[in-house]
Amino acid sequence: MNIVVNNKWIGQRTIRPDGVDKVTGRAAFAADTAMPGMIWGKVLRSPHPHARIRGIDISKAERLPGVKAVVTSRDVVDFPLDKSVMLGIQDMRWMCRNVMARDKALFPGHPVAAVAATTEAIAARACELIEVDYEVQPFSIEIDDAIKPDAPILHELNKFEGKPSNIVGQLEHKKGDIEAGFKQADVIIERTFTTRPVHQGYIEPHACLISVTADGKTTIWSSSQGQFMVRAMTSMLTGIPQSDIRAIPAEIGGGFGGKTIVYLEPLATLLAKKSGRPVKMVMTREEVMRATGPTSGSKSTVKIGAKKDGTIVAAQGTFYLQAGAFPGSPIRGAAGCSFAPYDIANVLSVGYDVCSNRSKVAAYRAPGAPIGAYAVECVLDEVAESLNMDPLDFRLKNAAKQGTKAAHGPVFPRIGYIETLEAAKNSPHYSTPTGKLQGRGVASGFWFNAGGESSAQVNITEDGNVVVTTGHPDIGGSRAGIANVCAELLGIDYRRVSVIIGDTQTVGFSNLTGGSRVLFASSMVVTQATEKVINTLRERAAKVWEIDPEAVKWENGAAHPASPNAGQFEPLTLEDLAEKAPQQGGPIGAGVQLNTQGADGGFGTHICDVEVDIELGIARVIKYTAVQDVGRAVHPGYVEGQLQGGVAQGIGWALNEEYIYRSDGKVDNPGFLDYRMPVCSDLPMLDTILVEVPNPKHPQGVKGVGEVPLVPVMAAVANAIYRATGKRFYALPMSPPKVLEGLQEPVQQAAE
Amino acid sequence: MAKLHVSTTVNGEPLEFLCEPYETMLDTLRNQLALTGSKEGCASGDCGACSITLDDRLVCSCLMLAAEAEGHEIRTIEGMARGGRLHPLQEKFLEQAALQCGICTSGMLVASEALLAKNPEPSEEEVRFWLAGNLCRCTGYDKIVRAVLETAAEIREAAQ
Ligand code: FES
Ligand code: FES
Repeated sequence: MNIVVNNKWIGQRTIRPDGVDKVTGRAAFAADTAMPGMIWGKVLRSPHPHARIRGIDISKAERLPGVKAVVTSRDVVDFPLDKSVMLGIQDMRWMCRNVMARDKALFPGHPVAAVAATTEAIAARACELIEVDYEVQPFSIEIDDAIKPDAPILHELNKFEGKPSNIVGQLEHKKGDIEAGFKQADVIIERTFTTRPVHQGYIEPHACLISVTADGKTTIWSSSQGQFMVRAMTSMLTGIPQSDIRAIPAEIGGGFGGKTIVYLEPLATLLAKKSGRPVKMVMTREEVMRATGPTSGSKSTVKIGAKKDGTIVAAQGTFYLQAGAFPGSPIRGAAGCSFAPYDIANVLSVGYDVCSNRSKVAAYRAPGAPIGAYAVECVLDEVAESLNMDPLDFRLKNAAKQGTKAAHGPVFPRIGYIETLEAAKNSPHYSTPTGKLQGRGVASGFWFNAGGESSAQVNITEDGNVVVTTGHPDIGGSRAGIANVCAELLGIDYRRVSVIIGDTQTVGFSNLTGGSRVLFASSMVVTQATEKVINTLRERAAKVWEIDPEAVKWENGAAHPASPNAGQFEPLTLEDLAEKAPQQGGPIGAGVQLNTQGADGGFGTHICDVEVDIELGIARVIKYTAVQDVGRAVHPGYVEGQLQGGVAQGIGWALNEEYIYRSDGKVDNPGFLDYRMPVCSDLPMLDTILVEVPNPKHPQGVKGVGEVPLVPVMAAVANAIYRATGKRFYALPMSPPKVLEGLQEPVQQAAE
Repeated sequence: MAKLHVSTTVNGEPLEFLCEPYETMLDTLRNQLALTGSKEGCASGDCGACSITLDDRLVCSCLMLAAEAEGHEIRTIEGMARGGRLHPLQEKFLEQAALQCGICTSGMLVASEALLAKNPEPSEEEVRFWLAGNLCRCTGYDKIVRAVLETAAEIREAAQ
């Protein structure tokens, strides 16, 4: 494939196609749609972290005036526990129980029934009238409690080492001989780290509006990271065939992985079917915090050994991740990504998936990778220090490059990790002196990135402009990237390209907006579709000129004779050919559907400066630079935005965010006041350096960019706090009380 | 309980509505007046997605009762562009890619306009503290702060 050079639009900061709608308040997000006759749905949620459900009496609720339908788990399609049914990475056995508890409620906030009524207030009142007979069970939330031999078991069916257990999954990556590796080491450092569950924190709560007609035709407006996922899951959980479900992607107010599964859609569909009325459901912030996401809390032990010359000879990691109520924590990201930036001969990386009585984990930006990298990159900092090496030089010495075999399997193609280290080292930031009580930390990170199924249709309008339809919800400006790519190929102004996100019944199957795959995959299908359109345009011009289509070239938005030998003709523009289309064989357009391949992993290196107020324990990030190999920045503004947004989330994770549990197992901080995400005054400007090592397997050289930027942040912040205070912290968040407490302890832990 | 009758002005237009005594301004705007540009992120005054102005004062419409609009002037994001022309802040947010998902954008713009009305020459720190009530989870705020500072500079320049 050719990499496009000398671009007019690729690499330009164009105005996004959906921009004006979004700055004027017109863009319709999930909760912004209404329908005639619409009623409101509400969910009744378990107050208990763990309880057997002996019975549910809905009769009083059903009799309340204004109530139109009540549903319980009896209405949701059951996926029996003895047989796994996978949809992507989700097991429908767990999904059906997550959207509505069946025999057991497994976390406070777990849905047990849902009501639709003429007003939200009546629906809420009806929920109070539902009588649930709970048999309360003992519970565990923290990993250490959940893996104790006598821990209350969430899923009795699950066995680990022959016994019922909350360890519900295990993954191991192995390379070389770990024991022999450590024997060669001059320095070995082993540390244990913990992180708390953190929420994706999208500002838009989950919401949907659903209409089911008497003949079963279902229309869903909801915001998600994939309308096809919504359609498939809703179909599987309600029994309505996919051909009868039209899932329309509303604008989505943030997802970060948290909107890759359904919560409300199947319930609203069942309520709409039962009541015969369109049903709207909108979560409160508290429901979002209690019952959706977050990512795992974790406990990791990492041991790294290096020789005096700085060569890492062995690395071992054990990562326990909290899955919440159902299996599925991102151990693959933790165990697979954390050592990937390094060329290490002997690696053993093991992940354990642990269930406990909190909400089911949902993906969060490079799921698992930030947890693993936090531990690994902090230990690397200590190893570098004990070898008296600059931490970037130490990483450069061990950096993965083309041909390196990663412990998780692949042999890397041409990658840009070294370039990120060099760019960080040469950045003005890295040589700026730091002041008193200030410190600078660095860390790197890796994420797999993903390809997968995507579809696109490119149509030429009758007036010679372009409409591109893709199947991926646009969360961060991907429509702008698509417009740039299509305009570039057609040689026309980007404003002539309209980019639409199709619904499930108007565009071909497209997998989730996730895995940093959207621009990679959609620009690939859009490129191929546009190339087909260009071929049609050349054929049409050839017909007019009565020459061979091969003798026609497409340039600057018009067909031209390829060479003087082809003849002398006035160029035929896109408008000319669109006008002639009806006489020349009909409308011009092309669709392409692919399972895209060739998504290379992404690497980043971050530099963080903090200043610590040792009296209050407040660590403040005062300067930050994120360097990343982005392949090709099709729209630099939105690429930088991905880096900056990831960094901000990481700073929150490092310094403040955490789920705080009460002794009764409930989350004590289910709102934005007490779950403290970074606000504008907490942060400095966030500098970015885009390194562009084009992906040779992509027509524009694109690599995924969205997830890598969260991976290095917590370690970069922790390492900076160490340089500022002389104290290493091994637990997140490094919030003021914990920093204060830590600074009062004597400094310990030297290298072995 | 009987509904309350409220006469107010929204985005320059005189307007009347009936509301429950406990109904918030945000619910009335969104559910009755079809002004869904103001968003609900928390309903507790912590995210600023519902920001509007009440007689030029920046407020969270989720914390205001609809009945309090009586006799006052409300402005929402829908009133920011005048006569089909975007406000310079709106233009600048687009140029600078100062929005990703866009759910915070209405609130950010309303809050930023309220800042510039009070303080045409804000420092970076003043912008950051003024917008500290508006959560954005996507952008890390960098491009938003730059957009506000640049717009302020351009408005000052144009006024000279
Ligand atoms: S909805 Fe009003 S401040 Fe969040
Ligand atoms: S752009 Fe998504 S919350 Fe601000």
